[in-house]
Amino acid sequence: MAHTATAADTHHDAHAHEHHGPQGILKYLWSTDHKMIAMQYLFTGIAMGLIGAYMAYVFRMQTAFPGVNVPGFGQVSPGEYNSLITNHGTIMIFWVAMPVLVAAFGNFLIPLMIGADDMVFPRINRLSYQVFLLSAIVLIVSFFVPGGGFGGAWTAYPPLSAVAEYNQTNLGSSLWLLAVALEFVAFLLGGINFITTLMNSRAPGMRAYDIPLVCWMIVIASILFMLSVGPLIAGAVMLFFDQTLGTGFYDPARGGDPVLWQHLFWFFGHPEVYVVLLPAIGITIDVIATFARKKVFGYKLMLYTTVATGVLSFFVWAHHQFIAGIDPRMANVFTITTLLISVPIAELCFVIIATLYGGSIRLTTPMLWALAFMAEFLIGGVTGIFLGASGADIYFHDTYFVLAHFHYTFFPIAIIGTFAAFTYWFPKMFGRMMNDTLGKIHFWGTIIPFNIIFIPLFVLGIGGEHRRIYNYEHFPELAGEGMFMLRQIATVALLVMLIFQVVFFYNCYVSWKKGEKAGKNPWKANTLEWTTESPPPHGNWPEGLPNVYRGPYEYGHPDRKEDYWPQNQPS
Amino acid sequence: MSAGSVAYQMEQRPEPVRRAPLVSSGLLGMLIFIFAEVMFFAGLISAHTIVRAQTAGALWPPYGQPRLPVEQTAVNTAALLVSGIVLLLSWFAFRREPSSARIPLALSILLGGFFVYAQGTEWVALLGEGLTMQSSTYGGFFYLIVGTHALHAVGALAALGWAWARLNKGLLTETQLATVAAFWYFVVLVWPVLYIQVYL
Repeated sequence: MAHTATAADTHHDAHAHEHHGPQGILKYLWSTDHKMIAMQYLFTGIAMGLIGAYMAYVFRMQTAFPGVNVPGFGQVSPGEYNSLITNHGTIMIFWVAMPVLVAAFGNFLIPLMIGADDMVFPRINRLSYQVFLLSAIVLIVSFFVPGGGFGGAWTAYPPLSAVAEYNQTNLGSSLWLLAVALEFVAFLLGGINFITTLMNSRAPGMRAYDIPLVCWMIVIASILFMLSVGPLIAGAVMLFFDQTLGTGFYDPARGGDPVLWQHLFWFFGHPEVYVVLLPAIGITIDVIATFARKKVFGYKLMLYTTVATGVLSFFVWAHHQFIAGIDPRMANVFTITTLLISVPIAELCFVIIATLYGGSIRLTTPMLWALAFMAEFLIGGVTGIFLGASGADIYFHDTYFVLAHFHYTFFPIAIIGTFAAFTYWFPKMFGRMMNDTLGKIHFWGTIIPFNIIFIPLFVLGIGGEHRRIYNYEHFPELAGEGMFMLRQIATVALLVMLIFQVVFFYNCYVSWKKGEKAGKNPWKANTLEWTTESPPPHGNWPEGLPNVYRGPYEYGHPDRKEDYWPQNQPS
Repeated sequence: MSAGSVAYQMEQRPEPVRRAPLVSSGLLGMLIFIFAEVMFFAGLISAHTIVRAQTAGALWPPYGQPRLPVEQTAVNTAALLVSGIVLLLSWFAFRREPSSARIPLALSILLGGFFVYAQGTEWVALLGEGLTMQSSTYGGFFYLIVGTHALHAVGALAALGWAWARLNKGLLTETQLATVAAFWYFVVLVWPVLYIQVYL
């Protein structure tokens, strides 16, 4: 392990030695190479995503066809249903969106895009993944302990989450909380690395405004995470003590306050939305600039807007609690801040549209994903306005309208954004091009069913369908034939979407084995990761780290024969 | 640069050179971590404030719960603050001549150790008087906040001990000392806030 020094410069010197570090299977578990750690995060995230998708399949079957014997699961009991919806949410946010968008692409892209040979703290990076893996294992174990997995919803509101007599999952809820806490430790370690690396390890000549926006976005997301996660950890410790030691922090009978948890949770929970949103927007803008062959319209505007979004995101959390009994005057304040935050987000959309305007657009698979991200996320954003207004939210709260709304934000972020990034950087990660036809089949096979799943849920939500209900047959006003038909449409669309994911995995396998060799720069892009081999060797640029002479988006310069101008070319 | 419009004129840049970092990576990483920690304690303090403000009849401590040893803890607080000052002295000493930092660094660790020990004895006494985590939210928050701080103090003291051992071997670098010291300053400086919040 001679090469794993903590300081960047000593690490750099050690790359002169070719063979070092553990070999064999340990190479994958014990590596400090940022690309290897990125792959670990990526594959763990995909595996967890499959588990989360399986859960969605099971509980959607129960919702649409109550009492059905679900193929591959069997009868769903109410407790299992609660556990499935809880862990579906937890997994998709904390074990899919976060590790893939922030950790995997952050680890892969930041050093490559800023021209560094590795992260500043490679060993902390390795520890980060190991803690993350442990957290995933703890979460999976929690499904199989006596009593089953935690079923108190991913927001874990006390007293349901705190008192074992209520939730009936004594061990499951503690393990769930422990897993989430471990996961936060992993991302704290990762985030420290991202921020420090971006600050201290940039290539010679790379100024703040020469950093590709996706790196900025991931780092700003890390800063948001750092600032917001503390109160939640404090709240989680208190919840853990309530569960295990019998304290009364959230027990009103003993002087505690259950709404306190909601404040601590959402003070983190809302910035968390932006923690995953910003990397997805960064990915989108990078992909769009490359395939529109045009300079990003308003690089600085985009950056400042992102910072403004980040700042505002700390002042909106109580819009999740409009019906939790908060003072209506407070609700007014939070309505205003919530509606305000749509201004910077709209600005980001306009920047992307202005970048597209007049470009010579190439509709490759990653470009389709990036455009779809914009289109679908916009629906999520616009429906959010209804929920941000406290008056309308009194009706919409906890209905399927909310559910459809945040799936229209999280699905574009976590799934569409990930596919955009994955298909765009696949040639760099694996050295081969992906099959474009299969990619487009997969794209349409995902996007069309996605809309067919969630548009009916908006309708159901407006019709008053509440979330987290095991069997709607028990509620006559929600059990009409029309409502069940909408539920079944959504469930069938989900099945179609899941089947089309087979195309994606087949495409990955075929392209990885037999795909066309990508070469260094298949997309003719400017940023630094395209100036090294595909896949990049250990140390990223063995012949010497690159210098930077200009910004990352110099496409279509009129004085040049070629329409791109890599950042590392002197002229 | 003939056909280029004004918008496309590129600025002339000097040859790229590798910049020296403004803050060394180790210290920067620690500062980011401390930011997260500040927010963590802010969460605890706000939770404590809310629950305290909602207590029926503003009876704090609640009926039947012991009063906290404010005076004894004031002495402990002073010891902790002095430890921080001594650590600052050891930093200046280290800058002059590394080996001369040995005694002030050791003194700082001892003062910090005294603080943790004194707080521990205080806990034992309070437990004997019937203040437990389960007895009331008053007790729960007391042990939660003070205990969390104590864990941080123990961790920081271990880091300082590591620095002291490296100093004796002549291996300690300035960045390492600054990184470890930054964490101890955090532990020292957050304590008066917690003291005022919890004890007064």
